[in-house]
Amino acid sequence: MNARDAILARVREALTVPGPGPHQRAGEMAGHGAAPHSAPLPLGNLPVLALEAARPWLPDGGATPEERLALLADNLGKLKAVFHRVPTIHAAQDLLFSIARERDWKRVAWHAHPLVEPILSGIPCATHRVDGAAAVTADPTTDSSLRKDALEACDAGITGCDALVAQTGSILVSSASCGGRSLSVLPPVHVVVAVPEQIVATLADAFDALRERHGSSFPSMLSFITGPSRTGDIERILVLGAHGPKELFVILVEDL
Amino acid sequence: MPPHPSPTATPRSDHSVDSAGGTEASAHGAKKRFLHDAREYVRDTDHRAFLRRALAGYYTTRDGQKARYRDWEHARDAANLAKWNAVNRLDEMLVLFADRFEAGGGKVHWARDAAEARTIILEIIRAAGAKAIIKSKCMTSEEIHLNAALEAEGYGVVESDLGEFIQQLRGEPPFHFVFPCMHVRRGEISKLFEEHLGSAPTESPEELTMIARRYMRRLYVEADVGITGGNFLVAETGQISITENEGNARLTAALPRVHVALVGIEKCVERLDDLAVLLPMLATAGTGQPLTCYNTLYGGPRAAGECDGPREMHVVLLDNGRAAILADPEQRDSLQCIRCGACLNVCPIFKNVGGFTYGTTYQGPIGSVITPHLRGLGDWNHLSQASSLCGACTDACPVRIDIHHHLLHNRRNAVRAVPNRLERIGHRMFAAVAARPRLFAAGGAIFRRSLWLLKKLRLPLLRDWIASRDLPKAPARSFRDQWRHRAAPAVARGRTDADGRPQ
Ligand code: SF4
Repeated sequence: MNARDAILARVREALTVPGPGPHQRAGEMAGHGAAPHSAPLPLGNLPVLALEAARPWLPDGGATPEERLALLADNLGKLKAVFHRVPTIHAAQDLLFSIARERDWKRVAWHAHPLVEPILSGIPCATHRVDGAAAVTADPTTDSSLRKDALEACDAGITGCDALVAQTGSILVSSASCGGRSLSVLPPVHVVVAVPEQIVATLADAFDALRERHGSSFPSMLSFITGPSRTGDIERILVLGAHGPKELFVILVEDL
Repeated sequence: MPPHPSPTATPRSDHSVDSAGGTEASAHGAKKRFLHDAREYVRDTDHRAFLRRALAGYYTTRDGQKARYRDWEHARDAANLAKWNAVNRLDEMLVLFADRFEAGGGKVHWARDAAEARTIILEIIRAAGAKAIIKSKCMTSEEIHLNAALEAEGYGVVESDLGEFIQQLRGEPPFHFVFPCMHVRRGEISKLFEEHLGSAPTESPEELTMIARRYMRRLYVEADVGITGGNFLVAETGQISITENEGNARLTAALPRVHVALVGIEKCVERLDDLAVLLPMLATAGTGQPLTCYNTLYGGPRAAGECDGPREMHVVLLDNGRAAILADPEQRDSLQCIRCGACLNVCPIFKNVGGFTYGTTYQGPIGSVITPHLRGLGDWNHLSQASSLCGACTDACPVRIDIHHHLLHNRRNAVRAVPNRLERIGHRMFAAVAARPRLFAAGGAIFRRSLWLLKKLRLPLLRDWIASRDLPKAPARSFRDQWRHRAAPAVARGRTDADGRPQ
């Protein structure tokens, strides 16, 4: 028997002995006196999906666009990300250029995206596009180090996003729509450009947005970015910029 | 602050070891080691205080984050439901996951035990013609002693997670499966980096982190193979989900040509939507965050039209004793563990004996439950005795695993397997006395008068117990006597003496 069949056989054998049902105890704690193990549920036939059971109890994501925007701004602040709301793409440009000058950026990396391209045009430093035709069709044997080194040497990565999640202050990026896997994590600064329509309430809504956009064939990587990279490994003291970006900017362009 | 000699500074691997690893400590050895290490660690009050200080911040941020849930207890029910569903239909979930993941262009491998998993991973690395390997935090790889196996074959492996990197340089296993080097002081880390990386000494956690960051940058770019773990296997979409804070797992799965993920078979969930519940709860319970910094789903290697990412992706599904846990319906729910580490952070035993004392890959209460199954051989039941059964672990668990009852069940099973005659005689005698009021009263009277003798006599079984504890002072009169002669009206008037006893 090969390993796959052997493991599956063990698992099936183990599951022939019925076990207790799920532990549903919140009611018990509130004094309803439920039995410690509720009666076994028929498998494959949950009375309610976990997400539906949890939805009313998880942290709030906001009911209206205004609430969602306020929550998002609050969460991003707590996460030590920098959140800017600007009225137009020109204002976004001014903002980005001033950040670039202030930090003396030499080169920024970007990908083709309807928000990223206009905001970058005229930036006072060199630019490096990660998703040119050459990169996408590159020969797997020669592509790697040169392009990795080029991106590693950039001062910032500028990307779009798939959604902004009010509930957690997260930015959803994907390998298909945000310049691959490394643009949003290798350079020391990550700048995200987005529009208010991209703000969703909860993680579950972000999954819905993904399904809407990509159908059932998702990009090979989807990542929820929640604040700049961090670690607490040394004496549990928070340090930003462990391996990913030390700084994270979110620029929300309110009126295109 | 002078660097403090850690009680566990001598490099050593965990007591463990599986069939292929060689040096299995006998069951008796593991227990003796536990008692010895616990005794040593408990004496080191400085280090225990250090541990508590490190955890103090965790309690406040976690509680603050929990307060943002509209109801944490109900959310725990839902999280339990998600994992219960997947674990109780594990065969279906695994088949679905494997089929869908392979449809995305990746390859699934199945490993019955540690040795098989090591062989599979070595073959992938050989076939890739790899020279340099980078790893992100992966407890399953600790479980199968992967680094040692790779190094024995001449491959260099670097741990990229800061805590794991520090532990790798120290030659120690992780102290805590979420906070691997929480026992190490910054001065020691500075010395370590001075010695191995030639950096200047510093007391700043920030600078120390930057030293590691700079050191690691080149390694990401140069590595041919990246090895990660996985927190969830999503059956519906055939994706693996990786939770982290530093960005090292993102880089490990982005830059090398080949990505290998080693994941336990129990990590399944049925639906992508289940993660909308589990990801925030894992972060809140584990570190007190709303969500950890990076929660990433991988459905395979780089897809057509994408500009970077590995050319190959492999998922190695590891059994290694998990099916045995599944076969025990009483403890089946321990497979629902999402390895948040909350049960360690609240455990009075963990805080007093430290992570190394357990001698296991997974420390703390959940480790004490699953290790006897995972190790397959030897008797790890002494770990079930290392519990006050206070239930703090069960209360902390985001997926409602009945951890402390499992420890109690393990004790019961141990007694059933090897009955303790002496204890049984003792209980019989007590039952006989307790059923006879006069005899009970007489026994009580004798006991009250002779309590002080116990300390003096150093009876063989009691000696260990009394050595570190003060005996209470025996009351002059029995409870029944006091009750009979109680001055009821005095209580009503609220007149009590200094100790609160009615006068
Ligand atoms: S048993 Fe529960 S509390 Fe402990 S690590 Fe697993 S999920 Fe977390």
